[in-house]
Amino acid sequence: MSVLSVRDLNVTYTTKGGDVPAVRGVSFDIEKGRVLGLAGESGCGKSTIAGAILRLHSPQTKIEGTVLLDGQDVLALSPGKLRAARWTGASIVFQGALHALNPVQRIGVQIAEAIRVHGMAGEREAFVRAGALVEQVGLPSRRIDDYPHELSGGQKQRVMIAMALACNPSLVIADEPTTALDVMVQAQVLQLLRSLQHDLGLAMLFITHDLSVLVEVSDDLAIMYAGRIVEEGPAERVFRSPVHPYTKALAAAFPEIGDVRFRGQPSGLGGDPPDPQLIPSGCPFHPRCAEVTEVCPTIDPELWRAGEGRTAACVHAEGAPVFEGVQR
Amino acid sequence: MTTTEPALADAPVAPPPGRLTPRKVRWLRRRRALGRFWRQYRASGMGMFGLVILTFFILMAIYSALGYGGSTNPIETLQNPTLEPPSLEFPLGTDNNGISVLSLVIKGSKTSLLVGLIASVISMVVGTLIGMAAGYRTGWADTILMFITNAFIVIPWLALAIVLAALLGQNLWIIIMIIGLTSWPGTARLVRAQVLSVKERTYVERSRALGGPGSHVVMKHILPNVMPVIFANTILTIAIAILSESALSFLGLGDPLNITWGTVIDQAFSKGAITIGAWWWLIAPSTCIVLVVLASTMIGFAFDEIVNPRIRER
Amino acid sequence: MSDAVVDAGLVNYGVPVIEVDDLEVNFAGRVGMIAGLMGKKGADAKAVDGVSLTLHEGEVLALAGESGCGKTTAARAMMGLLRPDRGQIRFRGTPLQSSARGLQPYRRQVQMVFQDPTASLNPRQTIYEIVAEGLRIHKIHNGPGGESEDELVARALSRAGLRPPERFYLLYPHELSGGQRQRVVIAGALVLDPTVIVADEPVSNLDASVRGEILALLMKLRRELHISILIVTHDLGLAWTVADRVAVMYLGRIVEIGPAEEVLQRPRHPYTKALLNVVPEAGGADRPILTGEPPDPTRIPAGCRFHPRCPAVVSGRAAELGIESKCRGEDLPLLQAAPEHEAACHLVPLELAP
Repeated sequence: MSVLSVRDLNVTYTTKGGDVPAVRGVSFDIEKGRVLGLAGESGCGKSTIAGAILRLHSPQTKIEGTVLLDGQDVLALSPGKLRAARWTGASIVFQGALHALNPVQRIGVQIAEAIRVHGMAGEREAFVRAGALVEQVGLPSRRIDDYPHELSGGQKQRVMIAMALACNPSLVIADEPTTALDVMVQAQVLQLLRSLQHDLGLAMLFITHDLSVLVEVSDDLAIMYAGRIVEEGPAERVFRSPVHPYTKALAAAFPEIGDVRFRGQPSGLGGDPPDPQLIPSGCPFHPRCAEVTEVCPTIDPELWRAGEGRTAACVHAEGAPVFEGVQR
Repeated sequence: MTTTEPALADAPVAPPPGRLTPRKVRWLRRRRALGRFWRQYRASGMGMFGLVILTFFILMAIYSALGYGGSTNPIETLQNPTLEPPSLEFPLGTDNNGISVLSLVIKGSKTSLLVGLIASVISMVVGTLIGMAAGYRTGWADTILMFITNAFIVIPWLALAIVLAALLGQNLWIIIMIIGLTSWPGTARLVRAQVLSVKERTYVERSRALGGPGSHVVMKHILPNVMPVIFANTILTIAIAILSESALSFLGLGDPLNITWGTVIDQAFSKGAITIGAWWWLIAPSTCIVLVVLASTMIGFAFDEIVNPRIRER
Repeated sequence: MSDAVVDAGLVNYGVPVIEVDDLEVNFAGRVGMIAGLMGKKGADAKAVDGVSLTLHEGEVLALAGESGCGKTTAARAMMGLLRPDRGQIRFRGTPLQSSARGLQPYRRQVQMVFQDPTASLNPRQTIYEIVAEGLRIHKIHNGPGGESEDELVARALSRAGLRPPERFYLLYPHELSGGQRQRVVIAGALVLDPTVIVADEPVSNLDASVRGEILALLMKLRRELHISILIVTHDLGLAWTVADRVAVMYLGRIVEIGPAEEVLQRPRHPYTKALLNVVPEAGGADRPILTGEPPDPTRIPAGCRFHPRCPAVVSGRAAELGIESKCRGEDLPLLQAAPEHEAACHLVPLELAP
C-alpha cells in the first residue's frame, strides 16, 4: 500500500476576481521509502498540492478528489482526526525557514510543541526528544536553547527538518527547502535529507522549481504545468531523455558544466507560464511549444505511455492515440 | 528552442502614424491613474459615505462664502424670538440673541473648514519638507531634524497653544499658525519613515545608476511614492485641525470676531445653554464637528486601503 | 568577438574597457551610540579586499561566488554606486571621478541590470517613461542620426525583444511578466548606447524556462552591438553557458580567474573545485562537501583566507606536502597556473591538482 495516494485532486481558490483553478486533476502515488520530486514554475500548482495534503487551505478553497494518507482519506477526515493526522501522518518542511520559526521562542520549545500537542510525551521527555532530534540533523543538542536569530540560514533549515521528524511521520513534504540557501549549504541540507530519508525509510514529496536538485534527490520525477502533471517517470530518465517539450525546455535551463552542447547556447521558452484563470484551450502548453502540431489546441492530452514506467501528456508520446497531422 | 529574431541592426526606428509624444504619454498616464484610483475608491462604501458628507459641508461653506445663510448680526435679529427650540421657521432653533442657529452653523462652516484646510496644508508642507530632508540625507541632518521633531512632539500642544495665544493675541491667522506649526511633527515622522523605505528600493538605485542627480531621484521616484501616504495623512490632519480649533475656541482662545463652530459652542456654554436647557444651541455645532471629523477619517481610511496594499484584504 | 572564435577556444581579448586595480571596500562596523561615544569600534567588514581585474571589449566576464563573497559590492563599486576605500577603477584608461557630476559621462557608457526586475521598475511609471528616463537624465533630445526621443525608446524596446514597442508604451510594470520586466530594464540600459552592461544576477529571480531567453538576449547584444558584459552570479552553470572568462571570488578576493573552459573544467583552486562539486547532478554521488557556514567578512583568517575550510589542509594533504605553514601564515596573490589561468593557492607552484 502506498504511503500517499492522490487521485484526481482539484484545488480551486475562490478570490474576489473569480475562481482560480490551481490544481486540475492530479494523481500520483508515493511508496514507502521512495522520493517523488515535483517540479514546475510559478503558477503550476505544486505548492498548492502540499497544502492540500494536510488540508491547510482556507475553508473557502474548493478541494475535490481523494488524498489517501496511510490508507485514510485526508479530505474526508473529521477535524479531530485531521489534527491527529497532521504531523504524525505527514509533516512539512516549509520554504523559507525565515518566517516559519517563531522568533520569540527557543528552538527546543518549538520542537517540543509538536511532540506535546500530539500527546506523545510529557514536557520533560519532549525536551529530551527535541535534543535528540536536533542531534540527528547535525547540530549539537545544546542548541535547543537558542533563539532562531542565533542560527544561520542552513541551521534554521536543519531545525525545520528536525521539527518535521518530531512525530515520526510516514511522509515528509519538503516545499522548496533549499531555495534561499547558498549552494554549499544547500548541498549540506540535501545530503542530510537524503540520509535521513534513507535511514528512517521515509516517503518524501520534494517540491521545487530547481530540476537539478530534484534529479539528485528523487527516485521519481513529476513535472507540472498549468495545474496538471505533464510528465512522470524515473528521475534520471525523465531528466536525461525528456519526452514532453516543456520538460525538454526546463531541463535545458539546467546545463551540465563540461557539456559543450550548452556552451554559448542559452535556450529558453518565449512567453510566460499561463495565468491559472486564463489557461489556453487544448494542451495548455501549445502556445509556447516548439513541437506544436495543428491538433494541439483542440485536444486535451492525458498522461499516455511514453516509455517503460513513464508517461507524458503530449501527442508525441509513444502511447498517445494516433491523431491526424501528427507524425511519430 | 529560441525563436529566430531579426538582427538588431534591423530594429524598427520609426513608429507608425498617430505617434505618442512624451507629453501625450504623461497625460494619458495621469488620466489612467486617476481613473483607476476613482474606480477603486468608488468600491469603498466607507469612502463614498465620507466623501458625500464632506462634500455637503464644503458646499455649505461655499454657500456661506457667497453671502447666503441668513443673518448672524444681533442687531438685525432683534425681532426674532430668543432661545427658541427648533421649529419650522428656525430649523435648528435660535440663540440668546435670536440668531438662527442654522445661520450660525452655516457661517461657522466656512471658517472652520478654512482653518482646518489651511492649518493642515501648513502642517503637510512643513512636515513633508523636514521629513524628506531627514529621510534622504541621513547623518547629521537627519539627527538634528529628528531631534527637533521629537522635541515638538513631546511639548503638550495645548499648553503651547495657550501660551502663544496669550503672547500673540487671539487672531484667526495666529490660530491657524499655531495649529499648523504644532501638528507638523506627525507628518514629518511619517514622511521620513516612508522615504527611508522607498530610498532602498531597487528602482531608486537604478535611477542613480543611470546617472540621475539627487534632485531627479527625489522628484521623480521618491516623492511620487511618498505622496499617496502624505495625502492619506493630510485628510486626517484636516480633521484634527478642525478639532483643535474648536478646542481652542471653546477654551476662549479663539478669535472672537469670527464665527466658527468652536466659538458657537463657546458662546453657548458661557451663556448657560445647559442650565437653560437650550440643547439645540450646543448639539448643532457639535454634530457638525463630529460629522466632518468622521467623514475625514472615513476618507482617510479608504485612501489608506488603496494606497497601502498590505491593508487590502486578500 | 564572434562566437566562432570563442568556440574554437581561442580567446582573443580586445582592448581593456574597465580596469580595476586593488579595489577595497569596507563597511564600517556598527556599535550602539553609547559604545561609540566611549571609543569602541565595531569590526569592519572587508567586503572587497583587494580585487584587480580587467574587462575587455566585447567580452563576457562572469564574477562568481557565494553570497557574502563581495561580488555584488565589487560590481557596485565598478558602477560608481559605492565609493572604494582604496584602489582605482579606470574606464578606457581614465580613472573614475569621485563627484556625482564627474561620473555622469561614465554612467552613460556603463549600465546596470539588477537582480529583481519587479523591484527595478517604479510601479507608478509607464514603460515608456521608464525607458526614456536615461535619455532625460542626460538631456539627450535627439539621437546621433537625428532620431527623436520616442524613436530612440522604440528602438531600445525592439532591441530588447519587446515588439511591437508601441504596445508597451502605456503599460505598467505590473501588467508585464517577469521576463518582460527584465527586458524593459535592459531596454532602459540600451537606450543610452552603452559600452558595458553590468548584470547582477540578471536571471535568478526569473522562472527557469524563461532564463535562457534573457541570457540569449545578452549574448546577442554582445555579438551585434559589441557591448561588454560583466555578469555577477552564484550559478556556475550560467557561467558555463555564457561566459568567456570566469573569476571566482571568496571573502572579498578573486581566488581564481581564467577562460571558462579552463576554470570550470580544470579548476586549480580548492574552493572552485568545491563549488563545482556541489552543483547538483543526476546520480547524487557522494562527494565531499565543505563543512561549516559561509565565512564572516569581519574576521578574515590569516594566511590563505580559505585555509580553515580547505580540503587540502583539513585532510592533511597540505601538511604532507610541506606547505601547511604557508597556507596558515602566508597570504598570497593570484599565481599563474596555466596560460591566462591564475589561482591564489599554494598548491599551484607545485603544479598539483587541488
